[in-house]
Amino acid sequence: MADLAIDPRMELNPPLVQGGMTYSDVTDKISSIVEGKAPKRWYIGMAVAVPLALLLFACLGYLVATGIGVWGNNSPVGWGWDITNFVWWIGIGHAGTLISAILFLFRQKWRTSINRAAEAMTLFAVACAAIYPLFHTGRPWRAAYWLFPLPNEYLHMWQNFRSPLMWDVFAVSTYGTVSALFWFVGLIPDLATLRDRATTPLRKKIYGLLSLGWRGSATQWRHYELAYLLLAGLSTPLVLSVHSIVSFDFATSLLPGWHTTIFPPYFVAGAVFSGFAMVVTLMTLARWIYGLENLITMKHLENMCKVMLATGMIVGFAYGTEFFIAWYSANQYERFIFLNRAFGPYWWAYWSMIACNVVAPQFFWFQRFRTSIPAMFILSIFINIGMWFERFVIIATSLHRDFLPSSWGYFRPTWVDIGTYVGTIGLFLTLFLLFLRFLPAIAISEVKGVLHQQVSAGQAAPVHGGSH
Amino acid sequence: MLEAVLSRLGLPGYESGAQQQVYGVIGEFATPEDLLRAIRTARAAGYTQMEAYSPFPIHGVDEALGAPRSPLGRIVIVFGLLGLSAAVLLQWWTGAVDYKLIIAGKPLFAFEPSVPIMFELSVLLSAFATVLGLFHLTRLPTYYHPLFNYSRHAAASNDRFLLAIEARDPKFRAEEAKLFLDSCGSLHTEVVEA
Repeated sequence: MADLAIDPRMELNPPLVQGGMTYSDVTDKISSIVEGKAPKRWYIGMAVAVPLALLLFACLGYLVATGIGVWGNNSPVGWGWDITNFVWWIGIGHAGTLISAILFLFRQKWRTSINRAAEAMTLFAVACAAIYPLFHTGRPWRAAYWLFPLPNEYLHMWQNFRSPLMWDVFAVSTYGTVSALFWFVGLIPDLATLRDRATTPLRKKIYGLLSLGWRGSATQWRHYELAYLLLAGLSTPLVLSVHSIVSFDFATSLLPGWHTTIFPPYFVAGAVFSGFAMVVTLMTLARWIYGLENLITMKHLENMCKVMLATGMIVGFAYGTEFFIAWYSANQYERFIFLNRAFGPYWWAYWSMIACNVVAPQFFWFQRFRTSIPAMFILSIFINIGMWFERFVIIATSLHRDFLPSSWGYFRPTWVDIGTYVGTIGLFLTLFLLFLRFLPAIAISEVKGVLHQQVSAGQAAPVHGGSH
Repeated sequence: MLEAVLSRLGLPGYESGAQQQVYGVIGEFATPEDLLRAIRTARAAGYTQMEAYSPFPIHGVDEALGAPRSPLGRIVIVFGLLGLSAAVLLQWWTGAVDYKLIIAGKPLFAFEPSVPIMFELSVLLSAFATVLGLFHLTRLPTYYHPLFNYSRHAAASNDRFLLAIEARDPKFRAEEAKLFLDSCGSLHTEVVEA
């Protein structure tokens, strides 16, 4: 093994798998999370997350029993926290697909230790997002007839496919389905590893059933690699389309502040920005719970901070462009809505957004902040908050003062609004902690592939006493 | 019918009647490079029916084994186009034929507002075709395979690289193949039952 300290390449490009791990070390380390006892920190996490998830179910039960009037939505703000939370959660999911699909196509090897967990995050975020439109119908068990073109004797009509809300239904349900397929296909080889290591009959049965009898034969890998590439190729335009279509919900309306062509790219950049912030939040937590420093290295985290800096700058630029265009349009309603955004009754939300989304990521210009776990954890929380405010600002400020001053109003959330939102965070964390506990949180076979390349490049030693 | 499905899945008690007693000979290698060398040596020695097992995909194995390209891409494009056509038909028929409803004076069917759903359904059907096509081509789920009779088969999903010379190879003689794999540097060679 070459001395890593004196190799100049190592300074610029530290190995992605560190600590001189071998193939079986990788298997052991990742499988031990699933096979061993859960650490105390995992139980601390669950103790926080599960009660909040229960709060979600309580709030939803109360909503269904009473009616959607329990939310603060009312004229003139007919879209309140529900759609804010919906857009926020969908956006968070985008980083998972970006890491698993787009970085895969660009051959960014550093994605390998974080893609599995990021994909899981996507799925759970989409599930949290889907709760809002579903329960906003008030009668979720009938929602399928309203949302999907199912022939039925109940409506005697079809959906309006010229409406962006309908496009949204197709975009989000396709996104959820394709993400789930991608995630499961990625899991199959690792589930087979867990099956082969299982010591109890129950484990053997469950992981055996889930791994579908995967053997890792050359024939299987040949089709598998192409399938993975195809799914990555399909997910890449899909993820860009999803938040574009979400932004059409606003952009195709005629409302000042919403009726703008900048929305699709601006929403996609914001989605990636908030998603990476959530990945950093979760990865620093996962490292803290399970001690995965050799697999989720500082290089991974630093790269994610750089992505947040870049997308944060795009978002900041979009905020500026919106203001410039509002002035340049010479449209008095457009000008009013933007001045009202920054200096009207919601000024506090607007400036919170600017502070969290434009100012906070500037710290990532400095390597000191990009390589400090506490700093990136706190900044990522700020960005999560800022991106929530962005959606709230766009929605509430455009609605609360419309063309008639006599119908101006102010949105106030109810306790059910707050409980439902906090509850989805609880559900999200619960699902993520369960995922960490029962499924391989890092793609074992992919990490070994990266390790093999390191070995070929003479950067590490993967086998104890191999045949040569 | 049910029997056929169950035997296809290879569930216990429904294994398809074994035509041969022996699946082949499996040898174990410590590195992908050793495996590749063994495959090339075996091909040079005239073996044609071989399979490799590894914990991760290895660049060059397909060429060494002489495997054809995966046809998955062709399956997927067909279903992608099917999704596209389904989206056009769905939006045109529901909006402009079956239930005509004028909304905001817009045309009953037009290309522009149909694009998002055309795109989404193409992607959806392509993704399903990718996964179901993968399952079909790799015969998943199959819960029984002779590999699992190899005593160290679990190593293939951990850190070892296996090469099987299958019994259907015309040149196959169990003892001969075992000695051959040993001579290629196999760390553990076994004759494996079907």
